[in-house]
Amino acid sequence: MNILISGGRVIDPAQSLDQITDLYISQGEIYAIGAAPEGFHADEVIDADGQIVCPGLIDLCTTLREPGQTRKGTIASETAAAAAGGITTLVVTPDTSPIVETAAVAELIQDRAADIGFARVLPMGALTQGLQGEQLAPLHGLASSGCIAFTNLRRPFGNSQILLRCLEYAATHDLLVVFQAQDGALAANGCMHDDTTSTRLGLNGIPEAAETIEVSRCLLLVEQTGVRAHFGQLSCERSVHMIEAARERGLQVTADVAIQNLLLTDECVNGFNSAYHLQPPLRSQLDRAGLRQGLVTGTISAICSDHQPHDPIAKQAPFAATEPGMSGLETLLPLSLQLVDQQLLELPQLIESLTSAPARILGLDAGTLEVGSQADICVFDPTAEWTVTEDNLRSAGKNTPFLGQTLKGQVNATLMDGRIVFRR
Amino acid sequence: MVSGTLSVDALLDKMASETRALITRRDLNDPLMIGIRTGGVWLAERLHRQLELTSPLGVLDISFYRDDFTQVGINPKVQPSQLPCATEGRDILLVDDVIMSGRTIRAALNELFDYGRPASVNLITLLDLQRRELPIQADVIGGTLALGPDQLVKLNGPDPLTLTIRQRD
Amino acid sequence: MFEANDPNSIQLTADGQLRHFLTTEGLPRELLIEILDTADSFVDMGEQQVKKVPLLRGKTVANLFFENSTRTLSTFELAAKRLSADVLNLNINTSSTKKGETLKDTLMTLQAMHSDMFVVRHADSGAAHFIAQHVTPNVAVINAGDGRHAHPTQAMLDMLTIRRHKGDFAPLKVAIVGDILHSRVARSQIHALRTLGVDEIRVIAPKTLLPRHIEALGVKVYTEMASGLRDVDVIMMLRLQKERMQSALLPSEAEFYKLYGLNRDKLAYAKPDAVVMHPGPINRGVEIESEVADGPRSLILDQVTNGIAVRMAVMSKAMSGQLSQRAATDNESREA
Repeated sequence: MNILISGGRVIDPAQSLDQITDLYISQGEIYAIGAAPEGFHADEVIDADGQIVCPGLIDLCTTLREPGQTRKGTIASETAAAAAGGITTLVVTPDTSPIVETAAVAELIQDRAADIGFARVLPMGALTQGLQGEQLAPLHGLASSGCIAFTNLRRPFGNSQILLRCLEYAATHDLLVVFQAQDGALAANGCMHDDTTSTRLGLNGIPEAAETIEVSRCLLLVEQTGVRAHFGQLSCERSVHMIEAARERGLQVTADVAIQNLLLTDECVNGFNSAYHLQPPLRSQLDRAGLRQGLVTGTISAICSDHQPHDPIAKQAPFAATEPGMSGLETLLPLSLQLVDQQLLELPQLIESLTSAPARILGLDAGTLEVGSQADICVFDPTAEWTVTEDNLRSAGKNTPFLGQTLKGQVNATLMDGRIVFRR
Repeated sequence: MVSGTLSVDALLDKMASETRALITRRDLNDPLMIGIRTGGVWLAERLHRQLELTSPLGVLDISFYRDDFTQVGINPKVQPSQLPCATEGRDILLVDDVIMSGRTIRAALNELFDYGRPASVNLITLLDLQRRELPIQADVIGGTLALGPDQLVKLNGPDPLTLTIRQRD
Repeated sequence: MFEANDPNSIQLTADGQLRHFLTTEGLPRELLIEILDTADSFVDMGEQQVKKVPLLRGKTVANLFFENSTRTLSTFELAAKRLSADVLNLNINTSSTKKGETLKDTLMTLQAMHSDMFVVRHADSGAAHFIAQHVTPNVAVINAGDGRHAHPTQAMLDMLTIRRHKGDFAPLKVAIVGDILHSRVARSQIHALRTLGVDEIRVIAPKTLLPRHIEALGVKVYTEMASGLRDVDVIMMLRLQKERMQSALLPSEAEFYKLYGLNRDKLAYAKPDAVVMHPGPINRGVEIESEVADGPRSLILDQVTNGIAVRMAVMSKAMSGQLSQRAATDNESREA
């Protein structure tokens, strides 16, 4: 199918492109930019006047819940939500049931997503068997079955020796390891940042040291093994400094941050609203400032949603008894645009953090509108205001602290492989 | 409609003689006088002296027995009632400054009965404003008063005791 | 960016009346004084022949204790009965079923039975807030202790006890001693003392039992008794639970007693007329020496008496506030 996206401000950081122009799509690929190619006849025209046209967003950390926890979400519901959020590639966590530690599960997830056809789903494989932190999972086989990276999530390793060996094995096959750095014992039973607010509320805190100790350990072992490494969803200012120092020493590690940690702090937990029960936790104003600064300097190169849909009961209990996580696919873009409004980033820089930077981190040939690349495209109106309600969220998870709030920035069309997968 | 100041002393003399007659007529035995805080207590102190009653004076605070607690809340400055003798089987002379709707007296009766079963309760009030909402009457009244819709009456004391009538703000 | 939730938005009606009593934090000083004044009159009443008043007649009070406590449960029960309420006692064991579901379902069932007031004790911080805000907003909720967050009635009875013995709060130096980290009582006491305007609030404990950033609550931190108790007017001891010895927080009860236990020698560091308090039950020889606990400066038994009066005051104020809130809501819907 031939599609013309006309008159939009096309922003493609990978090509340093930012101009109002036309985009031509044919046979699932970007066919041309600018002047109409000879003989091109559009079957469908998308009028993007007053809107932004950018590569489809690549979300580095999401949880789709299928297989195994389908009362919280399914690949169908969550990829539909992704498409409505302008997200065309989702990297998903391995904590499904069964865990992504066999080729069968990895393939199941990808096949299901392909059948449904709303978004590309790239599974992360478990780094250790059962995510137990003791025995290596079959990393090479999983990589062959499509796992884009490997992680042990926040679950602890038996000891540093085991971690070291996992990294050495991953390095052998040039596999990407994603760390969600947290020291198990220091974080045990904690449900929010350990500081004044947690003291006042009498809630168990997760101290900053829980993250920084593990970041430190991982950096040292990454240096020793030379494994390709990425730090996911940082929450501390101190972690940013540690990674900056490592990069200055020549270590090529990358990092991302969830959008909520760039906007919110632990003070949000006042009143015990379980919508703010998150892991990693929202931390202090100083941490928020440090993360924002890290994004500006490039120590943190990507923003993700850390999407975790939940059934209502999961959040209807006293704070510590609720499950952590927020539903974030459909709010990722409008919340990220706040960083532009707040003059922290320019719009092209922001889009880079959501498209070409994640692609680079993953080693993917994606996140760009270069002629010949797959036509994964997001068309959005940066000024359109909409109110977040349970009814207008397509995700099965309505667990977002932004419920009832009016946000600015709304996706009008999303294309994947040159097919329109979402149209308002 | 009445305005200006009424003489409380004159009314008290009348009430004292009528109460003496009541005690005789009903054959009340060593009556126990109890004043309702605050105006009733001031009046009861005077009457108690004038009638030369033997048993000591009691004080009743009805704040916790009011029926409008949900609208006005509880007055934090409540002091407890002080009843120097048991009320069981006694003839009681209950004294208040004003009877209007009858609700204060209803509350006082409820509270009195929580303390025990009296032989009789006889009601003495300085003024009757004749705006009953409950079927309760006084046995001895100093005087009746018909107030206009915007008027309030207040007993000032404890010494001297005077009545003032004023416009509601 | 995003405003923190004001604890009072849930505890007070639009015109500032108490409708839920969840935490002492953020309540206006006038309201705390009203609670103390009302409680005072109930204490005096407790010494009378007739101890009952009909304030809660016809109302049903359900005591929901998800954590065991005979003492607190019985004082709340007695307080409700003295207000002439019908009382329902529910000791609920949460170990069997999934926590969140049990709490919400239990409460919905009780609401169907038309309870007017819940007195709730729960192991999770924020449980009383959760119930008041999300489950049964029409039922007055009294927090009888939630996790490590708050125990507001205990704090208020402590304030009443202090006021009845020391009078004015302004010149007082108050020290709270013991396991501050795990104590909901300490947190509620600190908020109340601050609002009532005492001169100085001190916490005395080893570092392992002090929460990070406790100074932000407006207290001075001491880690030993000699300097901590100097010039102090009121010493409030806290309970030390046996479990603390198991998690690398303290080496032994003996060492704790040696350093922080209140005996006559340590009492001498404080002012000559300093008073001693403890929420109970006391661990003799761990937190406090028997001679001090039973001695002339101890107000421990007064605290128990005052506890009933304070709970009566809080329950009647909250019920009155809740009823006027219901009336206001009914009026609004009638007018609509």
